[in-house]
Amino acid sequence: MSVATEEIHDVRPDDNVGTLWKDYLAKIRGGDVGSLPAILGLLVLVVAFSILRPETFTKAFNFGNLIQQSAGVTIVAMGLVFVLLLGEIDLAAGYTAGVAAAVTSVLLTNHGWQTALAILAGLLTGTAIGAFHGLIVSRLGIPSFVVTLSTFLAFQGVLLTLIGEKGSINSGDFIAKLNSDTLPVWLGWVIGVALVAAYAVVTFVNNRRRRAKGLTSEPNLLWALKTGGLAVVIFLVVFYLSIERSPNAHIKSIKGVPISLVIIIGLALVLSVLLSRTRWGSHVYAVGGNMEAARRAGINVKAVQLSCFLMCSTVAAVGGLMLASYSGGVNNVTGGNQTLLYAVGAAVIGGTSLFGGKGRVVDALIGGTVVAVIQNGMGLMNQPDSRKYIVTGLVLLVAASVDAISRRRATASGRA
Amino acid sequence: MSSGEPLLELRGVQKTFGAVHVLRGVDLTVRPGRVTALVGDNGAGKSTLIKGIAGIYPFDEGEYTFEGRAVHVKSPRDANALGIEVVYQDLALCDNLDVVHNMYLGRELTKNGFVDEDAMESRARETLDGLSVRTLKSVRTRVASLSGGQRQTVAIARAVLWNSKLVILDEPTAALGVAQTEQVLKLVRRLADRGLGVVLISHNLNDVFEVADDIAVLYLGQMVAQVEAASTTRDRIVTAITTGELTRGDAA
Repeated sequence: MSVATEEIHDVRPDDNVGTLWKDYLAKIRGGDVGSLPAILGLLVLVVAFSILRPETFTKAFNFGNLIQQSAGVTIVAMGLVFVLLLGEIDLAAGYTAGVAAAVTSVLLTNHGWQTALAILAGLLTGTAIGAFHGLIVSRLGIPSFVVTLSTFLAFQGVLLTLIGEKGSINSGDFIAKLNSDTLPVWLGWVIGVALVAAYAVVTFVNNRRRRAKGLTSEPNLLWALKTGGLAVVIFLVVFYLSIERSPNAHIKSIKGVPISLVIIIGLALVLSVLLSRTRWGSHVYAVGGNMEAARRAGINVKAVQLSCFLMCSTVAAVGGLMLASYSGGVNNVTGGNQTLLYAVGAAVIGGTSLFGGKGRVVDALIGGTVVAVIQNGMGLMNQPDSRKYIVTGLVLLVAASVDAISRRRATASGRA
Repeated sequence: MSSGEPLLELRGVQKTFGAVHVLRGVDLTVRPGRVTALVGDNGAGKSTLIKGIAGIYPFDEGEYTFEGRAVHVKSPRDANALGIEVVYQDLALCDNLDVVHNMYLGRELTKNGFVDEDAMESRARETLDGLSVRTLKSVRTRVASLSGGQRQTVAIARAVLWNSKLVILDEPTAALGVAQTEQVLKLVRRLADRGLGVVLISHNLNDVFEVADDIAVLYLGQMVAQVEAASTTRDRIVTAITTGELTRGDAA
């Protein structure tokens, strides 16, 4: 060992708002835009619809409805993030949701299974479908686009077979409540406060420990800004959802956080931890970033591929239950029509790259909200489906362009 | 040659791909604490030789001795277990991951089932500091935003992170500018100064003479000679590479 060294240090606890802002701008300019376009787009949409339809769009009733409308698509999108991270696609995710919901409904309604068992069977149906996709893609090397395009058609047939001649099947009371009932107002507040407190404490303790060890850490100011921002968003949402939103409150009162929102947030938390805190999650990003490098580093690339398809389809099955719940049962279009396109759109609009290696579960959440606001707002403006489709299609195209352009900038500035 | 016992000794290794006899009885000695440059024209068999050492294409015949013991290296895993790491020309880094995660690619440390970011970050930083790497601002930078020299540094640091004994570098300076080449060569030197055996493949004789202690010349699958860098000249090595003859004494 020779020369004394100047050690690597990037702990900067003395940052102020100015330097933080500068760092952030540099990151954006470098092409690392994350969810920013989606958040800005969301703000623009919300403001626009609030001005155009002040009497309906801003109503608490509509806000609660919007969450329940979009719950299924958003959850399918969260599952899709896993295959998109590998640079793969699952075009059958929508019908996977439909088939899984149909299995649960048939078992509940026609065979009188217990609710928990029927739900488990539905979820395992998703897992089995994911295993099927994953094995074909990883073992036979057939592009996922082709594999899932085929099963997209096949599962449509399976769905029709399952629901039988009547064209629809009831999902039972429990499923119906999942995406229509609300929590008591007080419980919504408890969960909201608990989430903010947990975030604040965990990140603060983490930062302090890392700073003590001389590792990279978030400046306290950034921590405070993030925690404050999160608190404002969560408390506003809970407050808004705690307002009486039933048009006939004397007959049936509707207030409180929808159960579906709790399911979405809980699922997003679990999936995010898996992706960002486990070895498996690191391997998913590695395979998505450079498959050959991952292989040479001893990562079992085929196992990672299989696991991501498993995850995608299992999560899609959860989404299917929410879809069935919203429409009161499973019919021939549950998980069909635009479900898949909206879900892929949600993930991509939120900032997940179609090229693999970049994306987060929360992207699907943000993107899903954008898609939901467009659908909901256009619906309130009495626009025909034709225009809704055109607008959503264009928004998806814009999102994909943002992805491609930021990628190019990232390559140029070396931040890919 | 000094520095005690050889770390790696190959005697009479042979390798055939179908009808092509690529290695025809090659001898190679690598000693700890020394940089052994492996030179030779395209097709001389350099890549096949290191792939044999790394267990990617095991040798057909010949003795393979590591730390004085005869060993059988039949897969990259065998080589890794002995403490042999290869830094490939195309680096094999993941652009979307940061320096820490690249250094631990496929071998992430865990604690209670979760990735132990703290331990990984401090050990990655220690390793880089230990190699006197001063060109990286943060170990949390994504590799995509690094220069060619910095990427090469990360790839080399990854190889030494695992208490490796022999590091094989395939053309580490091929794509680099002057200043970056200088940085990487210094790093190569430091590896040897830490007592590791280093095999450096290079086409650039300037680099070879700057950093190597020993030079091994391959010509059409045969080892022309392995000599100390100090005892020979550039011109003699060029002649050896092109003709397969190493002249002694007063060559131009």
